[in-house]
Amino acid sequence: MSILGKALTTAAMAGVLMASTAQAEEMRIALVVKALGIGFFEAANKGAEEAAKELGDVKIIYTGPTDTTAEGQIEVINSLIAQKVDAIAVSANDTDALVPTLKKAMDRGITVISWDSGVAPEGRQMQLNPSSSALIGNMIIKLAADNLPEGGDVAVLSATTTSTNQNTWIEEMKKVEGNYPKVKVVGTVYGDDLADKSYREAQGLMQTYPDLKAIIAPTSVGIVAAAQAVTDAGKVGQVNVTGLGLPSEMAGHVKSGASKSFAIWNPIDLGYSATMIAYHLAKGDAKAEPGASIPIGRMGEVKLDDKGEAAMADPFVYDSTNIDQFSSIF
Amino acid sequence: MSILKSREAILALAILALLAVIASRFPAFVSPANLARVLTDTSPLILLALGQMAVILTKCIDLSVAANLALCGMIAALMNGAGVPLPMILLAVVLLGAMLGAVNGLLVWKLGIPSIVVTLGTMTIYRGTIFLLTNGAWINAHQMSAGFKDFPRTVIAGLPVMTWIALAIIGLVAILMGRTPLGRAFYAVGGNAHAAVYTGISVGRTQFAAFVLAGALAGLTGYLWVARYAVAYVDIAGGFELDVVAACVIGGIAIAGGSGSVAGCVMGALFLGIIKNALPVVGISPFWQMAISGAAILIAIAFNATSQRAPGRIILKQAEHRT
Repeated sequence: MSILGKALTTAAMAGVLMASTAQAEEMRIALVVKALGIGFFEAANKGAEEAAKELGDVKIIYTGPTDTTAEGQIEVINSLIAQKVDAIAVSANDTDALVPTLKKAMDRGITVISWDSGVAPEGRQMQLNPSSSALIGNMIIKLAADNLPEGGDVAVLSATTTSTNQNTWIEEMKKVEGNYPKVKVVGTVYGDDLADKSYREAQGLMQTYPDLKAIIAPTSVGIVAAAQAVTDAGKVGQVNVTGLGLPSEMAGHVKSGASKSFAIWNPIDLGYSATMIAYHLAKGDAKAEPGASIPIGRMGEVKLDDKGEAAMADPFVYDSTNIDQFSSIF
Repeated sequence: MSILKSREAILALAILALLAVIASRFPAFVSPANLARVLTDTSPLILLALGQMAVILTKCIDLSVAANLALCGMIAALMNGAGVPLPMILLAVVLLGAMLGAVNGLLVWKLGIPSIVVTLGTMTIYRGTIFLLTNGAWINAHQMSAGFKDFPRTVIAGLPVMTWIALAIIGLVAILMGRTPLGRAFYAVGGNAHAAVYTGISVGRTQFAAFVLAGALAGLTGYLWVARYAVAYVDIAGGFELDVVAACVIGGIAIAGGSGSVAGCVMGALFLGIIKNALPVVGISPFWQMAISGAAILIAIAFNATSQRAPGRIILKQAEHRT
């Protein structure tokens, strides 16, 4: 090897050494998503980057498999373990399949949390839910009430009679109904998450209750069908459609005025909060144990329940002011 | 012929009785405007039932019509997104629907596979194709042009275009069934396949034609459906094929083939459509609704079965006297 060659090698070695010391100071948090290329998770990454910028000494590794399989995620997590990242925040494709791999990560001292779609308790230190049933139940009736200062009849258009999520949310909604005295919930109908049945049920509601002021549909198929039924009945402005939906699916109906506002979790906030939690846990200034509070920057703080789960916040409200920004995301 | 006529009369009476019961609980249901709305809502069912009728007449069944509808609807929405003008889209969905029907028809005709197996398979394939085309993404109201969504609901002479299309197709199918060799061949093939062969009718080719007809109508309905509900995704019209078969059976189309009329088929679809539209407004608990619509279907079919049953023919007079 020539002298020049030796000099170059030494320089390269020095560079590598310097780079690795720089990396050691910087905390590396891996955001593992269900699959790359999904708008929802790209938005979560945006939130994670925002948190990283705020924290200063954090580098986000945004990664995931190319399709939504547990096997793909296991491979990704194994390579993250080999890279010795400081924390892994994962939205899991399978509750149980990831547990052994994540356990291995925790054994190596890596902080592991799950967010959005959870992992079984053995495989993570905590799970961050975007919201809670109680918060959702309150939000859907609040959305209806906020647009009805003078009050009136509202009805619920749900999915099927046996949909666990919707039934829980509606039950939670009924618990807080008393807080909105001017709003009268006149009935619940079921559209079975079929566009045509939901459309007919919405038409039926408008016929049965001529004074109906709002339809609350806590299901993405139902809310779109109800908005279309209200538009076709010429009742835009009279009947407000609200509930839970996706911005990309609701954009047209918000613009037409059939839906003044609706809610769903905000993926940006979710990625932001997951990063904040992973940072504090990895740093050691917060502990993941039942009853503990963990600060999450601009989102306030989350409190862990007995099962090691925490709810981030109220569902985020989308209306004509922000629908364009989010409809391109998810 | 008198039995045929009376069966439709019974069905018509049943529809009137149903309307009377509904009116006693919710009078506004029978207002002309609302009945027109019900007719419009039932149009997709009528269109698919007419196609299914042709298939059932030939002693086959097509379970892929709803999946065909969903695939053609999605293609229509995608073409609209690509800026293809509406007349081209309409032509394309009818042709595509006919092609999908032809796949069913060829498998039944050339390979002799029972139609229920063929269409169970293609049903899944067609739905899967939508997933491949879109990766499961939805096409939503704001991604469709105004003209695309407005065409079926444009009101001409008091009724939306969608209803006029259904009425026109009813007329055309009635002519096809009653006045053309192909229409009569449907009946002949289902009524007595061997006799049909002796009269020079190809059983397979006739069944193929029936599948193509059902497919073309499903394709057309695919566009109407997507435009009406302003949304297209993998699962649209999920389970609708069973409604379509039920409409045919209520309308007195014999599952064994060879018997049934266009009028009966349309009334069968209307009967189901009226129940579907009335249940949300008559104030029946949603937990009962499924049981009630199922019972109504069974009652209607039981009526049909009793009026259809041919009286036994006595071939041994002496034996009869002895007992």
